[in-house]
Amino acid sequence: MSPLPDAEVLLARLIDRIRPDLTQATALVGIHTGGAWLAERLHRQLGPVLPLGTLDVSFYRDDFDQTGLRPEVRRSNIPFEVEARHIILIDDVLYTGRTIRAAINELFDYGRPASVRLATLVDRGGRELPIAADYVGASLALPPDTMLVLVQDSEGKLGLDLHPRNLPKA
Amino acid sequence: MSRNPQLNEHGELQHLLTTEGLPLAILRRILDTAESFVGVTERDVKKVPLLRGKSIFNLFFEPSTRTRTTFEIAAKRLSADVINLNIAASSQSKGETLLDTVDNLSSMHADMFVVRHSQSGAAHLIAHHVRPDIRVINAGDGRHAHPTQGLLDMFTIRRYKRDFHNLRVAIVGDILHSRVARSQIHALTTLGVPEVRVIAPKTLLPARVERLGVQVHHDMAEGLRDADVLLMLRLQSERMLSAHIPSTQEYFKYYGLTQEKLALAKHDAIVLHPGPMNRGVEIDSAVADGGQSVILPQVTFGIAVRMAVMSILASN
Repeated sequence: MSPLPDAEVLLARLIDRIRPDLTQATALVGIHTGGAWLAERLHRQLGPVLPLGTLDVSFYRDDFDQTGLRPEVRRSNIPFEVEARHIILIDDVLYTGRTIRAAINELFDYGRPASVRLATLVDRGGRELPIAADYVGASLALPPDTMLVLVQDSEGKLGLDLHPRNLPKA
Repeated sequence: MSRNPQLNEHGELQHLLTTEGLPLAILRRILDTAESFVGVTERDVKKVPLLRGKSIFNLFFEPSTRTRTTFEIAAKRLSADVINLNIAASSQSKGETLLDTVDNLSSMHADMFVVRHSQSGAAHLIAHHVRPDIRVINAGDGRHAHPTQGLLDMFTIRRYKRDFHNLRVAIVGDILHSRVARSQIHALTTLGVPEVRVIAPKTLLPARVERLGVQVHHDMAEGLRDADVLLMLRLQSERMLSAHIPSTQEYFKYYGLTQEKLALAKHDAIVLHPGPMNRGVEIDSAVADGGQSVILPQVTFGIAVRMAVMSILASN
């Protein structure tokens, strides 16, 4: 299999694709954890005037009955009015689409946005729900028994890691 | 050593019965999860779909308004269905045993029981008896334990003081009858508080209380000196079968928290009380309503802490 792409290159590409669509009413929302790192970088480079929020979708996941609550739930933080905003939702890896479904549900508990678009660093296919990204850094075909994760080093540099998938609890 | 009855074979929390012996990692996880739920309770839509389809039965064999209400709100904010049973007024008065009541409710597809009972050990008994997929939360059993109250006090302390490792905490009042005090002491010592003091007259202290790892003070002025946190307790006159104090007036004189006594603690000390308060008995109104009181935030945090406990139990 070819080596994984450089996450920093993909991020630069993603920023270029989002930039033309920004308006006064745009807000960025990153999904914990990788999406929140990306949202912060986008925020820094696209203009710190854009409102920035984060979501931890643990309380909205559809696999609670199978896997339970994640050990470290972070606090969702949407420090702006969602009503009438054009939200760009940001996640690191788009796979089954279930996380995005949970994120959209949570977002609507804060208010009714004018629109929601989805940006992802990597689209790896394998969708189980009718969800598509509007902005994509790269599309990759990966074996289904693997997990692609975004990592951040001590200097804040982003990278991609491929792991064997953890088997779900019996 | 016998297994902690609250934990399953993987060391996960299966029931919440007491803060005694609760591992530090689980304590911290509850407090951290509660922090995320505080965020939820500050939104317009204060509800998450986590426990949708689950049935939570509030079994109150002893009257309670606040605790039952906060458990009910917590369950509803997790989207669970809540059934409140005021048992004192129903089956038990018709002669049904505790475990028969529980069996009947289990057959109504209960997922979780929240139990308040005047007998110490009632929640343990129920937890031991129910099917393995049912979770039990002790909402106060006799003089034994009231773990969610202890946990919400820890959450409140952490909110205002951040770190437990340099705190002096004084627990003041009716330690003898207080399940809250026991739950606080176990949680404080597990979280690493170096100095826990109890302040009470000899008649309101359990025998050999110092074995719990606390310093005993009978003189309030001495016990409050340089304290960071004051945990006031309610004088439980309804539990006093014999005369433990000469009068509530005299109790207030020696152990009631006034502004003058509060001034002996650190200038940024916080004052907690589990409610309901007896104003003019254990606490003066000027203190209860004053700038150092965090008594009302405690109530708000109590909902988030109970949401955390319920969701962690349901997920294990």
